[in-house]
Amino acid sequence: MTNSWTDIKNTDLVVVMGGNAAEAHPCGFKWVTEAKANRGAKLIVVDPRFTRTASVADYYAPIRPGSDIAFLMGLINWMIQNDKVQWDYVRNFTNAGLIVRDDFGWNDGLFTGYDPEKRDYDKTSWDYVIGDDGFAQVDMTLEHPRCVWSLLKEHVSRYTPELVEQVCGTPRDRFLKIAEMIGECSAPDRTMTSMYALGWTQHSKGAQNIRGMAMLQLILGNIGVRGGGMNALRGHSNIQGLTDIGLMSNLIPGYLNIPTESEPDWQTYMSSRRFTPLRPGQTSYWQNYPKFMVSFMKAMWGDAATAENDWAYDYLPKLDVPTYDILRMFELMDAGQVNLYFCQGFNPLLSFPNRAKVTSALSRLKLLVVMDPLATETAHFWENHGAHNDVDTASIQTEVLELPSTCFAEDDGALVNSGRWLQWHWSAATPPGQARHDTWIMAQIFLRVKKLYQEEGGVFPDPILNLTWDYADPDEPSPEELAKEMNGRALEDVRDPADPTRVLTARGKQLLNFSQYRDDGTTMGACWIYSGCWNEEGNNMARRDNTDPDDTGAYPNWTFSWPLNRRILYNRASADMQGRPWDPSRKLLEWDGTKWTGYDVPDIAPTARPEEVGPFIMNQEGVSRLFTRGMMRDGPFPTHMEPFESPLANVFNPQMRGNPVARVFASDAEQFATSEEFPIAATSYRLTEHFHYWTKHNRVNAALQPEFFVEISEELAAEKGIQRGGWVRVWSKRGEVRAKALVTGRLKPMQCGDKLVHVIGIPLHWGFMGAARKGFGPNSLTPFVGDANVETPEFKAFLVNIEPATGEAVS
Amino acid sequence: MTTDPNLDSPRTAVSNPPVQPTRANLGPGDLIRSSATPDLPPPTRQLTPVAKLIDVSKCIGCKACQSACAEWNDTYPEVEENVGIYENPHDLTPDMFTLMRFSEYENPQTGDFEWLIRKDGCMHCADPGCLKACPAPGAIVQYSNGIVDFIHENCIGCGYCVTGCPFDIPRISKTDHLAYKCTLCSDRVAVGQGPACAKACPTQAIVFGTKEDMLAHAETRVEDLKSRGYDNAGIYDPQGVGGAHVFYVLHHADQPALYSGLPEEPRISSVVEGWKGPTKALGLAAIGVAAVGSVLHGLMTRANKVSAEDETQAEQLVEGREPPLRPETEV
Repeated sequence: MTNSWTDIKNTDLVVVMGGNAAEAHPCGFKWVTEAKANRGAKLIVVDPRFTRTASVADYYAPIRPGSDIAFLMGLINWMIQNDKVQWDYVRNFTNAGLIVRDDFGWNDGLFTGYDPEKRDYDKTSWDYVIGDDGFAQVDMTLEHPRCVWSLLKEHVSRYTPELVEQVCGTPRDRFLKIAEMIGECSAPDRTMTSMYALGWTQHSKGAQNIRGMAMLQLILGNIGVRGGGMNALRGHSNIQGLTDIGLMSNLIPGYLNIPTESEPDWQTYMSSRRFTPLRPGQTSYWQNYPKFMVSFMKAMWGDAATAENDWAYDYLPKLDVPTYDILRMFELMDAGQVNLYFCQGFNPLLSFPNRAKVTSALSRLKLLVVMDPLATETAHFWENHGAHNDVDTASIQTEVLELPSTCFAEDDGALVNSGRWLQWHWSAATPPGQARHDTWIMAQIFLRVKKLYQEEGGVFPDPILNLTWDYADPDEPSPEELAKEMNGRALEDVRDPADPTRVLTARGKQLLNFSQYRDDGTTMGACWIYSGCWNEEGNNMARRDNTDPDDTGAYPNWTFSWPLNRRILYNRASADMQGRPWDPSRKLLEWDGTKWTGYDVPDIAPTARPEEVGPFIMNQEGVSRLFTRGMMRDGPFPTHMEPFESPLANVFNPQMRGNPVARVFASDAEQFATSEEFPIAATSYRLTEHFHYWTKHNRVNAALQPEFFVEISEELAAEKGIQRGGWVRVWSKRGEVRAKALVTGRLKPMQCGDKLVHVIGIPLHWGFMGAARKGFGPNSLTPFVGDANVETPEFKAFLVNIEPATGEAVS
Repeated sequence: MTTDPNLDSPRTAVSNPPVQPTRANLGPGDLIRSSATPDLPPPTRQLTPVAKLIDVSKCIGCKACQSACAEWNDTYPEVEENVGIYENPHDLTPDMFTLMRFSEYENPQTGDFEWLIRKDGCMHCADPGCLKACPAPGAIVQYSNGIVDFIHENCIGCGYCVTGCPFDIPRISKTDHLAYKCTLCSDRVAVGQGPACAKACPTQAIVFGTKEDMLAHAETRVEDLKSRGYDNAGIYDPQGVGGAHVFYVLHHADQPALYSGLPEEPRISSVVEGWKGPTKALGLAAIGVAAVGSVLHGLMTRANKVSAEDETQAEQLVEGREPPLRPETEV
């Protein structure tokens, strides 16, 4: 989230699209209720199904799964056509005026530079015109034909309300009503918030869905303000922490990068990370990258990381592919190229696409280790459970070890919520049976591996042998120690650069925050963005002061919000070019003539003059990006792409399937279906009664939603002869499920041009373990393909068929 | 708002309980009615009337109330089948005192589809039909704060409360043959806490406090709904049962039946009203004789069947039709 849960109470308009906040985030949704009840805010829901969020909305519109970009570009087009633009914001706080190269263009659904062989773009043309002074050229009148604004205007002009209706199946009057409601929020004193989740991410163009809304929010002037923002509703408790800490194959904590093979040495690695400002006088805060990186290396390897050995750069793995994401790992596993798989705290058999492939892949392992508080389906993938897991146990040779771990209520530590708050919590119960903390288990494995290297040597034992492991109890690092390590510590006296006689933090003390990180090896810190969470003032994550001066929703002394306890990112953009709040009634920051003051920690240098330094300090331009240059694989603007399995051909290019640059493995391409074979669009989702595949182990939750079902329209039920509460068989090109039929008026066929598209809804939550009735997950059906930029699987749009079935599946 | 031990009833369900043990603040001296107890002594004091307000326009149907209810009351609702609806369990049961009911509605005025979700459960009527119908002394009681409670030690499982209830709420357990329903968490209220469902509700669609405060709050909610185009928004606090200590804010207060058959004008069956007259003593005597005899078990199982006929009448009441007049002696 750019903002926080509590800030949602400040909004005038909530748009829930690409998510289902009331069902999937019921506790956070209370802030929508607050905004509605106390501010008279309105709620819009756009979703293929009339959800429980829609049941409390002021306005609802249906949308065909996987067509969100067309809807969002349609909205941007409508805003431009109807002058619903916050001009001062767009002119000064976005890259609307920057000039783009002449050779950039878009045609037939593709941007310039497409190579169908490589399924990739040559992105050279997707860039600014750089002047002789080294800065991007700009036309502040926004009239230059090659400025970003002119190109955007042309790009979105194709997305008329008629096209939106044809592609999205959204009735034109519903689309126009929503456009009008949103358009009101272009006024400086009206704000809209976007709440989204997996409904946008789980597509082969998920990142572009989110960019579409981010661009709309920028055009309306709604980023960096109270009641505005792009608010990603994170699913798992602490999934925000997972990304922050960099539990991705290509990330280092704090959104730094694992090097690639093309960066064999430190100098090469740093040369592409200079982040030189692209406009005069801009902050470009990532110029501090070396400080964060060196402090991380010192946290990892201490004295073994020196200036002479480039901070032990050789210890870091170098990626030979962009990522070892879950799809690639299971592809490799299925090809017999993985021997051992450690599965910590998730359930791939039900969570990863194309379950048949997942089962086949797991069956090719030599050893599977599952660390989990629950007996998961993955740990029992080799057990035959009739139709619900019809495997030939005798033919599976994988050895499976289950290591029972603790759950959130059985340990101390911080959980990071969607609003970036690190909230410390304390254990409430003693772990049952043989369950141990994950840290204990990991420490035991590490110490044993280290001992093997010590005794037997190896090709390159240094990274293991030199890893810093200075915990009071080496067998179990404590959450306090790990948190302090992430905050960072002074290895030598840290001095004020402006006055070297002044010691800011003495050697051995906790750093105040990441402004004290150094690139000369005198500081260590494992996750720069968290710095400040546990400094010499103590554990700031454990703070529980819920005072909120002037009821702004900031709650500045409640736990710790990264970065620097800042509650709203880009908050300098809440004030105009003179530093006056756009909306005096919703003041966040204000320039007092010499410095920024207000309710939040300024997201800019405190004395940076408002007319000189742009608010988007992380960007080299100092402004936000309506045009992202070559930073995304599938285009500098979002362009409509169909799902890989779609009932319609792409309206711009009928030959183009899915996202033209998404990675597709050969065997999976053969398993993509056409709408001739499988005419019905399907989407997957969660229900409020359950959390993923966990709560089916709990009897009360199981009673509240006991059995797997699919949701279908009354029209489709009539056409197929399906009875409410009867059994149906749903199948795709990859597998089949049996479910109860929930026939409802909340799903309706959608008229997309001359084609009537039926949509069915397939909830997850059921498997063959736990207290609920045995069932299936949608992953038995879904295609094995992910987002072109981040590889999130396409769970939200695929093709199936459905027919009535008799009797329960045998189990 | 914090829990004030000096108040006679909690003013909110939001606050956390006091750390110190609290003495129960509901006792025999607070009873204003007790089933089949004509000689109940007058209450020693008058408690502030309390109420639970259910604002269906804020309800997201998450069932946290159902979950909290089962957890607090330590009941074990069955893991049933899905029969093609969102209601789970499918109906109120002796182990599920509250239930989210879902109904789909195409609004002919606006052309909009609506999904109306209502938390169903005991209304805690000011004039409780269950209590009036109950032949077992002290099995159903009403406190001066308005809570209607079942006292299971005194319950004989006859099922007359089911007949007496205009909202079809009590359920008879097949295991212990006793009647069960929402207690308005009288055990929590007695120690200064609001009901578990209200405490768990994430959107404060369920709120708890004095009846007066809740009515005032409900008025503001009706105003908000009217500003959003729900011209017929209003409060459902049926006067046919003397008003209730659980009441609703509805978007369509003119059509309560839209909300999974909420009765238009609920009132106690005339049969039950008759039962409270002189015939009640006769009936009680008959039951007493039977109970003393060796056919206790037979009576309990039979009682459920005996009530079927009366249930038909109750259903007719729910549908808004007048039940056929029957001579009082038939009861």
